[in-house]
Amino acid sequence: MKRKYISTIADTLRECGLKDGMTLSFHHHLRNGDHVVNMTMDAVAALGVKGITVACSSLFPVHEHLIGHIKSGVITGLDTDYMSGPLAKAITGGILPTPVMFRSHGGRPRAIGEGSLKIDIAVVAAPAVDAMGNITGTEGPSACGSLGYIIPDTQHAAKVIAVTDHVVEGGLSRISIPHDVVDHVVVVDKIGDPAGIVSGSISLTRDPVALAIARNAQSVIRASGLLQDGFCYQTGAGGASLAASLFLREDMRAMNIHGGFLLGGITKYMVEMLEEGLFDNVFDVQCFDLSSVKSIAQNPRHVEISADTYANPNRKSNCVDFLDAVLLGGTEIDLDFNVNVTTDSNGNIIGGSGGHNDAAAGAKLTIIVAPLVRARLPIVVEKCTTLTTVGSTVDVLVTERGIAVNPARKELADKLRDARLPVCGIEDLHDQAVRMTGKPRPYERGDKVVGTMEYRDGTIVDHIYATK
Amino acid sequence: MRNRTFLFMPGNNPGMLASAQCLGADVVIFDLEDAVAQTEKDAARILVSHALTELRPQGVGVTVRINGLDTPYWQADMEAVVAAGTDFVMVPKIESADQMLQVTTGIESARQKCGSTATVKALAIIETPLGLENAHAIASASKILHGILLGAEDFTASMGAQRTADGAEIAYARSRLLTACKAAGVLAIDTPFPFVADLERLEKDAAFAVQLGFDGKAVISPHHVHRVNQAFMPAPEKVNWAQRVMAAARKASEEGKGAVSLDGMMIDLPIIKRAERILLLADA
Repeated sequence: MKRKYISTIADTLRECGLKDGMTLSFHHHLRNGDHVVNMTMDAVAALGVKGITVACSSLFPVHEHLIGHIKSGVITGLDTDYMSGPLAKAITGGILPTPVMFRSHGGRPRAIGEGSLKIDIAVVAAPAVDAMGNITGTEGPSACGSLGYIIPDTQHAAKVIAVTDHVVEGGLSRISIPHDVVDHVVVVDKIGDPAGIVSGSISLTRDPVALAIARNAQSVIRASGLLQDGFCYQTGAGGASLAASLFLREDMRAMNIHGGFLLGGITKYMVEMLEEGLFDNVFDVQCFDLSSVKSIAQNPRHVEISADTYANPNRKSNCVDFLDAVLLGGTEIDLDFNVNVTTDSNGNIIGGSGGHNDAAAGAKLTIIVAPLVRARLPIVVEKCTTLTTVGSTVDVLVTERGIAVNPARKELADKLRDARLPVCGIEDLHDQAVRMTGKPRPYERGDKVVGTMEYRDGTIVDHIYATK
Repeated sequence: MRNRTFLFMPGNNPGMLASAQCLGADVVIFDLEDAVAQTEKDAARILVSHALTELRPQGVGVTVRINGLDTPYWQADMEAVVAAGTDFVMVPKIESADQMLQVTTGIESARQKCGSTATVKALAIIETPLGLENAHAIASASKILHGILLGAEDFTASMGAQRTADGAEIAYARSRLLTACKAAGVLAIDTPFPFVADLERLEKDAAFAVQLGFDGKAVISPHHVHRVNQAFMPAPEKVNWAQRVMAAARKASEEGKGAVSLDGMMIDLPIIKRAERILLLADA
């Protein structure tokens, strides 16, 4: 039964026919506790292979280690949905010979499915594997819950390797990735550092400004009229977004509303709403904390979904298209409601779409929550430094100093005014911000393109340039 | 303008001063007194003045609590913040009508010195046994007095009382101050609830202040603002009643009638004023 098991990553890569120029794919469920990307690329380097493209759904500070492999030519391409930390800084500085392809969480499985992102070997960081090679994320010392972002890779890659530190004798009770797509299993000491994989507990912000934004955002949802039985909702784990879910919870109790599903990266606050019976289901591509890992392992209404199911625009349907409302953050939003969550205002790469432009495109009501000024820079700008999410999919900007509604949604603006919410033009918010900060000097970009911004449907909408 | 919540903010914290208008309070109080150490009095005065001129909070009332009349700072404080355009000057530890007149003269001379034509009103804090004994005289002493706040921390310290969450030790002070304010026609502002993390008892404390008849309540934490605002929010049936009163009054006015009744009750001026206040609180 254990014929799939091979002793080292290097031997397994050799068995899979690794050669120069291939694309290796990875996922980010182990977040900043991930060891698998680094140890796999060390093995690639030890085999003397060069010119590899690393396609990883997100890259974190722990992946600083890859900088050495870029310098030595082992890695010559990156394909990701999100990037932060020293690697992102090095990319902004122009270290990589080719631009990074930035996709969304729905665009990535679309590209994999249609073949524009061709994966030679998918490497699954597998918290638990059984003798047949079935994989789950819900057990083991490195349990991370959902493995949703790597599922499309395992269905389309030429070869699939599971790297695990926990082998279960007998069968798994839950299976994220079935054995029939897994070519080989490698057992290592540790696939990750649990402290960096999930937070013990994500705590709610005490920042009164973030809470004011959250309260305004929930007022917008209430006034929109969408908060009815069957309400489907996604929110991020950022300060104001997370706090807004508490106000949503209060409203749902008070109004006796029973929701449909909660979506996205999952925290204990969503799990609590599920357990309280306020929603039918949680659909989970990523667990953010221990509560959600425990819940997905035990609660049949807490459902693991793949990135395809979450947001692939080429599928027959996807979850984001059923969203009534989504709350999203932003590093910049411009006068046309375009949003940047990829770079800061100085052109430094600090993130990426993740599911941002997917959820915005799908939801009936897309709300961006952001403080008007951050680090002494206006958040509302004339034109975004980098385009991540197109303005036509964004309905409302909620700040602590006013609420701006996309002019295309006049009927929504009327509803918010009727509810006596502080609606103003986005230009007014921009003027307010500039009055507070002065007009920032535009950053001077370099000539080299270091990133290509692909919208979820495959359209190239912007480029990121090296900083000077 | 509504007067449900008066939020204290330290005058030496630029971030909080910049956020003042966003926290949901009806009135913000930039504090130059207790929140600011002796060594930072000048710096805080300058900072608050700049906050008023450069980042003036919009849509909320602005008050500055200056240092007490027994300190060397109060005149400079008053001149600076009147020149910078505060709506109200709040003066701590007022104990007599004479002191209230001193405040009135101080505001007038500060206005003249900077050439301001704007109206600047005073808010007094009564926080000593003597001040409470003179409450009505203080409340009636000046036309520019807008309201009086009970400062229960200093008051209970002066009385040798123990401050508790249920507030039994300030029951008399609350009622005495409230009566004096109502008799003089100025706002009665309840003392802040000092146990910041105890939100459950904050709600009870605020509900009690509403029950007594306070016009508003001071708060010392942004996390208290929403709950206190909610406490002052009239019940839907009251809002409905007030809307019907106003509609009946409008109809009577259009028809040239002097008096009108609603549900068998005569609607006179006090009733209309009460209805107006309910609608103001409900923002309806």
